[in-house]
Amino acid sequence: MENVTQEIGKELQDKFGDAIVSQSLIIDFPTFVVKKEKILDIMNFLYDFELYKFQFLTSLCGVHFPDNVKEEEYSVVYQLHDLVRNQRIRLKVFTSESQIQVPSVTSLFSTANWLERETFDFFGIQFTGHPNLVKILNMEDQPYFPMRKQYPLEDGTREDKDDSKFGR
Amino acid sequence: MNTTDLEKKRAEIEKQGYSILNLGPTHPATHGIFQNILTMDGDIIIDAVPTVGYIHRAFEKLAERRAYYQITTITDRMNYCSSPINNFGWHMTMEKLLGIEVPKRAQYLRVILMELARIADHLICNSVIGVDTGALSGFLYVFQEREKVYEIYEEICGARLTTNLGRIGGLERDFPKKAWDKIHAFIESLPKALDEFETLLSRNRIFMDRTIGAGPISAERALNYGFTGPNLRAAGVDYDVRVATPYSSYEDFDFQIPVGVNGDTYDRFMVRQEEMHQSLSIIKQAIAKLPEGPIHADVPDIYLPPKEEVYNNMEALIYQFKIVMGESNVPAGEVYHSVEGGNGELGFYLISDGGRTPFRLSLRRPCFIYYQAYTEMIKGAMLSDAILTLSSLNVIAGELDA
Repeated sequence: MENVTQEIGKELQDKFGDAIVSQSLIIDFPTFVVKKEKILDIMNFLYDFELYKFQFLTSLCGVHFPDNVKEEEYSVVYQLHDLVRNQRIRLKVFTSESQIQVPSVTSLFSTANWLERETFDFFGIQFTGHPNLVKILNMEDQPYFPMRKQYPLEDGTREDKDDSKFGR
Repeated sequence: MNTTDLEKKRAEIEKQGYSILNLGPTHPATHGIFQNILTMDGDIIIDAVPTVGYIHRAFEKLAERRAYYQITTITDRMNYCSSPINNFGWHMTMEKLLGIEVPKRAQYLRVILMELARIADHLICNSVIGVDTGALSGFLYVFQEREKVYEIYEEICGARLTTNLGRIGGLERDFPKKAWDKIHAFIESLPKALDEFETLLSRNRIFMDRTIGAGPISAERALNYGFTGPNLRAAGVDYDVRVATPYSSYEDFDFQIPVGVNGDTYDRFMVRQEEMHQSLSIIKQAIAKLPEGPIHADVPDIYLPPKEEVYNNMEALIYQFKIVMGESNVPAGEVYHSVEGGNGELGFYLISDGGRTPFRLSLRRPCFIYYQAYTEMIKGAMLSDAILTLSSLNVIAGELDA
């Protein structure tokens, strides 16, 4: 698996240069951190890659790292799969709260449509180029993005609950 | 969308001569809480706008506030038709992160339970397809068999629907004799029930006329939409997680992956039907090859010690206390593990920062991913076909909304 990471990493480095920030092998997943501006180009390249054709988007999710430096506070994780050669890879992009736009990959994968809506719904990450970026699981006028780490599990605006009575 | 926008849209649609039909959220034919606002031209569907999230329970947020062993109960509320698969999927994710090797016997017992769950899941889906075409009796016959699967769960863990089966590191207890008796009886009776069910439906002229060509999707579109599981295989792609990346000793068993051709309702029905036969064969092989040995890995800081030891042994008491308080040491790292759930690739993407709860747990829920193709699949179809398509996709509301 280590050499697969090297192999794909080298091809990506040759093609995109410093848009590939880092590469590593995490347990069984070759993982690449890439610049967010290039994510769609990289996915397009991997879609018709010579070695592996990553034509299946397994999952897409957001992550909030409140303790990271400001530029890397939010992350979007993409997991791609080459079903023919049975190879999986993970791509990550980082973004900051002030510039929370990430290019949408819906033009390449129809799967990404609802997954990006879900990520927007819960993390507030704006996917530019998405055909219909509205909240999906929560109500449309919910004023905040609940999966961000600053929001507690329970509704903080409730005044009828006394935490001290529940050992919290 | 606010009310004035909705009114404007409605007027626009009605000006074109179409009518609007609100299907759901609690329509008896949708078997769950699904709402679709359909634009209809007579009986033909022009467009559909699905609304999801009616039973959203914030599982991913809940998981960030729970100790690792407490997340099992969250998973079995996703696809509640095959909860053991979800439970074990989560346990295997944790085992992958912790680097635990589970003994063979536990792996085989898990396989037996997961295949029983798959049979129960497919039985519901296929019999409901029958009901939606107007054939109620098949449903009644096979529900007897599903009940038997639930009784087996009951013997093993005490619960029926939300099983909370197994522990991180293995199973909580071996199967009792009564469970084995019921499993053997089930293996005997299921083929007969399936035969009876297939005689009723699979070559039934009316059933075939209703389902062939209803809600088709091509292999290319299905892959682009991220389909997995029986729905993808019905379109002709032989992707199965059990074979692509074997887990829990699936490589030890010999089984076929049925595939369809057209990806329509009939193919989905037939693929599920054949998968039940294959699952039965896997269960038989697992029973025949079942090795002796322990049912859990030797990981005292993760796996709860037996109760007698807790009361009589200092160390066991300490471990019991630490585990229950969620103070097990879990390394920082990230891991993705997927299992072949009843509906497709059920994935767990877990980021741990070494704390007592996950830093982030993202659930790849197959239903959520493929339900977005529903609009495309029913455009131009009749309303009655849309109902059939929904039931043959086997969209489970709990998994859709998580």
